[in-house]
Amino acid sequence: MNTASIPRAFSALLKRDLTLAFRHRAEIANPLLFFVLITALFPLGIGPDPAILKEVGPGIIWVAALLAALLSLDSVFRSDFEDGTLEQIMMSPHPLSLLMLAKVMAHWLTSGLPLLIVAPLLGLFLGLSGVEIKTLLLTLVLGTPILSLVGAIGVALTVGLRSGGMILSLLVLPLYIPVLIFSAGAVNASGAGLTISGHLSLLTALLILAISLSPAAIASSLRVSLN
Amino acid sequence: MASPKYFYSIAGTLIPWIGSACLLLTLAGLYYGLLVAPADYQQGDSYRIMFVHVPAAWMSLFIYMVMAVAGAIGLIWRIKLAEVIAISSAPIGASFTFLALITGSIWGKPMWGTWWVWDARLTSELILLFLYLGIIALYNAIEDKRTAARATSILAIVGVVNIPIIHYSVEWWNTLHQGPTVTKFDAPSIDISMLIPLLLMAGAFKLFYAFVLLMRARCEVLNRERNTQWVKKLAGIS
Repeated sequence: MNTASIPRAFSALLKRDLTLAFRHRAEIANPLLFFVLITALFPLGIGPDPAILKEVGPGIIWVAALLAALLSLDSVFRSDFEDGTLEQIMMSPHPLSLLMLAKVMAHWLTSGLPLLIVAPLLGLFLGLSGVEIKTLLLTLVLGTPILSLVGAIGVALTVGLRSGGMILSLLVLPLYIPVLIFSAGAVNASGAGLTISGHLSLLTALLILAISLSPAAIASSLRVSLN
Repeated sequence: MASPKYFYSIAGTLIPWIGSACLLLTLAGLYYGLLVAPADYQQGDSYRIMFVHVPAAWMSLFIYMVMAVAGAIGLIWRIKLAEVIAISSAPIGASFTFLALITGSIWGKPMWGTWWVWDARLTSELILLFLYLGIIALYNAIEDKRTAARATSILAIVGVVNIPIIHYSVEWWNTLHQGPTVTKFDAPSIDISMLIPLLLMAGAFKLFYAFVLLMRARCEVLNRERNTQWVKKLAGIS
């Protein structure tokens, strides 16, 4: 096999997934709407007091981001599994883990990245300060790729199942907890005027770990699921 | 060695021995723990729940490790028995985790004045319970049991990579729990009269795990091999 063709395969798959996503724009919009809606529910549930909302805001936005990521995860492999594309991809001579990295990257670009656009708006809703919103965006940049990478392992394990969605949340949400802790912690710390470099370093470390390990885990999960 | 038939018969002979050793250790541990060990100068008699709580918490992590290692062995060398061990461990581990949470909660009520606090180790134990439940749910959702065992093995390995990360992130997030008092190497800050029953109970819990694991694994082996000659002969239907 020609090793120079690996980057070509990677970018071809990435381009294909992105094109498919843009042909179904509504699917990109749904998790975004969900993200906004969940965040809007919290003030209705706990009352409009700005002091309380400012206190719990970072946590709320991050929990909403976790749930939005969870909701969008199903689309990583679902349609490719149903029309048999996934099996074709698995038969390719290129390393499956790299191809899976391309798929996850496409998923993040179409589901994680758009969250960044509406997050400042939600920050304003909940009365976060400018510094906090800036930190929120930073943690979203570092954190949402981890959500896509780790979540894809869960999707790969449940792709062939009928009741996959419920089980997926049970599998994936506990693994999201460190991201939630460090991200919401960073936003809270920046609001209190503390340094956030520790939180951001840990998030970056988690991101590097996820990029290096999860493609292999996704690939072997798919091989088990599809036999 | 790892053939299911051989395992089935050797496990059958081991089970009564392990069971009675477990019973002996439990009785000794309870005797030393409830009658011989002195009351704590701060916590009075209520600390005695430690002799159940601490071994259960140890077991909850230990079984997860066994599950992940057995799962890895099953995935790498395709040893069926390792898969059986891994999947038979999951419900036992979940039960120990649940036991640790319940006893912790009962212990926390007189000590901290509340049934539940979002303390770091309680929280990470709760997350561990969710990890176990996820594994059990995934195993039950996949119909082909060999595929199910391999999928849960991968999940267990992913979980093992994440357990230290989850543990430390929760640790830095909040902590109220008393520090470890046994694992400090040179001088454990626990009195020897309390350490002895604790270790006896820990041994008893390990044996109990082995006891239940072998029984569950035997069942699982029979179920998987139900179409083979030796199982049919065993059931008297061949």
